[in-house]
Amino acid sequence: MSNVECVECAGPVELPPEVVQNEILICPECGVELEVISLEPLRLELAPEVEEDWGE
Amino acid sequence: MIVSRVRREEKALLQSFQGRGAGVEVINEADLVLDPLAPDPRWRSYDLVLQRSLSSTRALALTRILESWGVPVLNSARTVAICSDKLRTSLALAQAGVPQAPLRIAFAQGASLRAMEGMGFPLVLKPLHGSWGRLLAKVNDRQAAEALLEHRFTLGGFPYHVSYIQRFVEKPQGRDIRATVVGDRTICAIYRRASHWITNTARGGQVSNCPVSPELEAICRRAAGAVGGGVLAVDLFETDEGLLVNEVNHNMEFRNSMEPTGVDIPGEVAAYALSLAAQRRPLAQELP
Repeated sequence: MSNVECVECAGPVELPPEVVQNEILICPECGVELEVISLEPLRLELAPEVEEDWGE
Repeated sequence: MIVSRVRREEKALLQSFQGRGAGVEVINEADLVLDPLAPDPRWRSYDLVLQRSLSSTRALALTRILESWGVPVLNSARTVAICSDKLRTSLALAQAGVPQAPLRIAFAQGASLRAMEGMGFPLVLKPLHGSWGRLLAKVNDRQAAEALLEHRFTLGGFPYHVSYIQRFVEKPQGRDIRATVVGDRTICAIYRRASHWITNTARGGQVSNCPVSPELEAICRRAAGAVGGGVLAVDLFETDEGLLVNEVNHNMEFRNSMEPTGVDIPGEVAAYALSLAAQRRPLAQELP
């Protein structure tokens, strides 16, 4: 298991096993939601904000 | 599988499909550009599209396009359209004879207040569209009603100028029921308890297993059929007169239902989706 750097606070974010593209990770240091944009190369961005029509 | 985000649900679904040997492509709706007038061979090559968009607006638009191209989508556009609109859901349930809480609709501030007084407090004012308990308001008395309606009709956009007013249902032990329906089967159910009147687990409700009684199974099957069927979460209230259906959700979250029930929900969904895909393959192949 490896760590990547949070794009918001530069803190370490642990990658879960079998991470997949578009998966959401939470930075344990700043709490921001991060989206895995690509796996190769590994790239994170801030996850999209929840929108008004999101839900079940 | 269409996604807005890959959450625990989508990851579990992905693993369930892969565990059954199915080839799955995860497509983020945010990346899509489509020409609705020209069926795309790439999309038509899929045996089935599982719609897991978090956005009801995007899910409906994309599903309509795909269905117009002959691509099978789970859930269907009909189901998404009905479930994402509380009034359409209420009408569909009523037509199917599914019990639900008393409801009034009004289109103006004064009429809304009259409707509320006629129904009696407490009651619940809901937006026609919305999920995760957003913008639900429990209205305890006339003063609260006046303030809420003033805000909605002054500050809210036109979607908030249709008042969906439901009688408040007192929940026994502060709980309601969330049942999971896959196809024509109610595969499991949970009780959701909360000290808050909104028991949505997205808002911190606690969960435990709810045995699927024949009554629960029957009402869920009718409710699911009323909205077009598919993979659905039915929310119900227990009352002295029997169960009432409160909502039917077309993009169900199931992370909180798996542990208390012991049911492999993503596995059930994957198996159902693959059975549909196998049935519908000839349809896709027949298209020009």
